[in-house]
Amino acid sequence: MNSRLASEIFSLTLEHLELVLITLAIAAAVAIPAAVLLARHAAARRWVLGFANIAQTIPSLALFGFLLPLPFIGGIGKRTAIIALCLYALLPILRNTLTGIRGVDAAVRESAVAMGMTRRQILWLVELPLAVPSIVAGLRIAAVTTIGTATIAAFIGAGGLGVFIVRGIAMMDKPQILAGAVPAAAMALVADEALEWIERRLSPA
Amino acid sequence: MPATAVVDIRHLSCALGGRSVLRDISLRVEEGETVVLLGRSGSGKTTLLKVVNGLATPSAGEVWFEGRPAEGWDPIQLRRRMGYVIQDAGLFPHWTVADNVGLVPRLESWPPQKVAERVEFLLNAVGLAPAEFGARYPRQLSGGQKQRVGIARALAADPPLLLLDEPFAALDPITRFELQRQFLALRRTVRKAALFVTHDVREALMMATRVALLRDGALDLVLTPAEFLAARTAEAKAFLASLEENWRPDEQPPRI
Repeated sequence: MNSRLASEIFSLTLEHLELVLITLAIAAAVAIPAAVLLARHAAARRWVLGFANIAQTIPSLALFGFLLPLPFIGGIGKRTAIIALCLYALLPILRNTLTGIRGVDAAVRESAVAMGMTRRQILWLVELPLAVPSIVAGLRIAAVTTIGTATIAAFIGAGGLGVFIVRGIAMMDKPQILAGAVPAAAMALVADEALEWIERRLSPA
Repeated sequence: MPATAVVDIRHLSCALGGRSVLRDISLRVEEGETVVLLGRSGSGKTTLLKVVNGLATPSAGEVWFEGRPAEGWDPIQLRRRMGYVIQDAGLFPHWTVADNVGLVPRLESWPPQKVAERVEFLLNAVGLAPAEFGARYPRQLSGGQKQRVGIARALAADPPLLLLDEPFAALDPITRFELQRQFLALRRTVRKAALFVTHDVREALMMATRVALLRDGALDLVLTPAEFLAARTAEAKAFLASLEENWRPDEQPPRI
């Protein structure tokens, strides 16, 4: 019995981790290039940040509910959960990447232009490397919130550690709830520490 | 026919945001010459430097560089033929001193060995021991050391023209004097044309082969330092007055 519980914790933790990593990969792949484009376009920046802000305010359980009946992106299962989780992960990554790029010292950017760097060189050699600590900070926030929110995704059949919690609530079984909540919390703490360490390592100053 | 000037500014005007910043400026800078653009804040001297570098666009007139109009140059190539030094150096904080100095040679795809030799030569030339400073980051440098790195970086690809925008303005007086002297010594060994922006008349007279005095976006006069001391325009007198004022603490404060 105990070893069955342990192996279930292990496999659901892996499943949870998979959900989180896929979500973060997609969100970063969308948000970082978007931020690079938006850094140069003030008008578009307001609209996109506005949209991302609104997405952030939708309660996650409600969002899962909204997505369920939609064709293609909806339905029961992981795909719907990942789409919803991505919506929440976008904003912190987007905003932090923007902050990082726009936070590059004006004198540094000016001398990059004046020394004859092309726009592409300025982006890849100056702006993005200087923005890396800020981008990692965004990933860190996104990782921690995604680990937490992903437990709710079990309500729409996405699997992961939320399975214990949903089951525990239904059966009024506290140990079951803890079997999901404790590993999820531990995962969030580990992710937070690890990314903070990376963030510090990559800071130039 | 005189030798082609490194920079030839012809009837240049510039308006930024609807405000006329530069009006009908004509100025030639020959090889080996340091022309100091002297003027009050807002007189347009930094804008003139930016127009030469292609960071600002003239509304009338043109800039010729090495015998060709600037519009005929690829702006990226044009900028790599000019060394640019600004007030707080603008060093790249994520790169070492050596990486900063070697930037333009690397952009120009010099072989790494040649870049390394050039960096070592230049760090020595600006008075920074390569072994001690090459691997440091800008944050580990004093203001004066940063400025030295900035000058070495500007000289890196051996450009015919240097643009210096108040390079020593943020330094303490002693460091400033050291760097001014070093720059003069450097100028004797590397014959470059230079446009040097300052609002400090003392610095202008020390650094210039010619002083170009700007007033409200127009050239007031262009004279050698010796001639400038005898200049009689109102703006020149205003600058010279600040030079003559040698107030000492045991005297009465000057009456204004």
